[in-house]
Amino acid sequence: MAKYVQTFTKGLIRENPVLRLVLGTCPTLAVTTAAMNGLGMGAAAAFVLVCSNIVISLLRHVIPDKVRLPSYIVVIAGFTTIVQMLVKAYLPSIDQALGIYLPLIVVNCIILGRAEAFASKNSVGLSALDGLGMGAGFTAALIVMGGLREFLGSGTIFGWPDGGMIPPITIFVLPAGGFFIFGMLIWLTNRLSKKLEGDTARKELTGRVCAACDAGGCPNAAICNLAAGEAADAEKPSVKRRESDHE
Amino acid sequence: MEHTLTVTSSPHLHCGMNTRGIMLDVLIALLPAVAASVWLFGWRAAVVEVVCIASCVASEFLSRVVMKRPQSVGDLSAVVTGLLLAFNLPATIPLWQAALGGVAAIVVAKQMFGGIGQNFVNPALIGRIVLMASFPAAMNNWVQPFSGTGADAISSATPLANIAAGGGAGYGLGEMFVGMRPGCLGETCAAALLLGGAYLVARRVISPLIPLTYIGTVFVMTWLLGGDPLTAVLSGGLMLGAIFMATDYTTTPLNKTGKAVFALGCGLLTVLIRHYGSLPEGVSFAIVIMNILSPLIERATRPLPFGQKRRLRRED
Repeated sequence: MAKYVQTFTKGLIRENPVLRLVLGTCPTLAVTTAAMNGLGMGAAAAFVLVCSNIVISLLRHVIPDKVRLPSYIVVIAGFTTIVQMLVKAYLPSIDQALGIYLPLIVVNCIILGRAEAFASKNSVGLSALDGLGMGAGFTAALIVMGGLREFLGSGTIFGWPDGGMIPPITIFVLPAGGFFIFGMLIWLTNRLSKKLEGDTARKELTGRVCAACDAGGCPNAAICNLAAGEAADAEKPSVKRRESDHE
Repeated sequence: MEHTLTVTSSPHLHCGMNTRGIMLDVLIALLPAVAASVWLFGWRAAVVEVVCIASCVASEFLSRVVMKRPQSVGDLSAVVTGLLLAFNLPATIPLWQAALGGVAAIVVAKQMFGGIGQNFVNPALIGRIVLMASFPAAMNNWVQPFSGTGADAISSATPLANIAAGGGAGYGLGEMFVGMRPGCLGETCAAALLLGGAYLVARRVISPLIPLTYIGTVFVMTWLLGGDPLTAVLSGGLMLGAIFMATDYTTTPLNKTGKAVFALGCGLLTVLIRHYGSLPEGVSFAIVIMNILSPLIERATRPLPFGQKRRLRRED
């Protein structure tokens, strides 16, 4: 049971796809000029993520290894098309605000990343929970970021005027302010997750510090683990690790 | 005994110049422009300057405390940043906006990157650009000199805005030289800025290479594009930028070739923004863009160690 709970909750903060794994930054920065857009983008991506995780998990023994990425993309593209049509039909204002970023969910790294790293190796139930958790984490990050940028930059909260609490500081709705808020949120989640899991203790045990390692599928995992192995042999583990980081 | 036999690496002689001394020299060089700004725009100019300096110094002090780093507020660099920021603002700017600019300059552009010597762009210019992007109306509220900033102040377009609108500058060269034109606090009085620049060159705080190349490039380029070169040199923030902003040690190349390339780029970008951009003035953006390019210029103009030949680049 704990495993199921953890599969869901890890996406919220400890392995938050945007703020900890730094995936899907393009839609994150582009659509979060308002909280409502963040919510729309997050919900659409979460839907595609859950559905594609389920289908890919079901097909994980059928899809040949060599063509797995094109196969995942086909599944993801199918669900993205459904979402796009639904949003166009029922929420035209959101469709207008998201623009090209809605069909671009197809190439969202978070969705492809979860398919490759999780859904293709785990059971359907776990994959659905993983998709839900990651989707919720993505949506939460977008809402917080969109909310902050909207409140500081346009002086509104979910489109409602805030009654002149602060005078709007336009730079926060411009790209520069977006990057600034993004950096601040990454800093905040890094501190939060360090508190949550006691990163230092784990680092000493396994030599790993990166959340992507546990998520699996990280392209640097081989180098990282090699470095951790070397570090275990060497006298000063921390120095060794740092060297390999710079390569 | 141990004190007489200390072995250290070179340099062994020190001229005694330190950051604090350099910053003090810069502040002295800025004094004529401070006097000119108060003479032209009244007491409000002094208030804006004090608010900006206070905000910058407080931001510097608090950042170092919060980040648990050695205190650096004593090197006076924050005072210089604050004064330069104030020089880049109109006299009518709301005081809280001026203070916010100081926070953006020191906290975001300087301390988040490690403090003095680590910032990759000029902090005062970042403060100005943040304010320009955030409060375009307040940042373009120009008044005539000697008309105060109260209800009876006379708003007026700057010479560059007049030129951008398709007319002449509207001000004579003599008027512009002494600063009798609308503009930012510290940029209008070219005479005071040149006096400060001469002091810095005489004290060897800055080399005249960057200001001369920068202003010269603007002169030639404006002339080539069919504008009035002398008006272009005296208008906008060119004098202030060329003498006090483009000569910042941290964000400009080290050697002479690099400095010349840097200043040439600043001049070209300034004229291009003035003539083809949507904004009437481009000095701040030109300098910030060249600040960002500085590491690349540095790499391209690295001097050869004595006796070495330039190696041909391997063709990949």
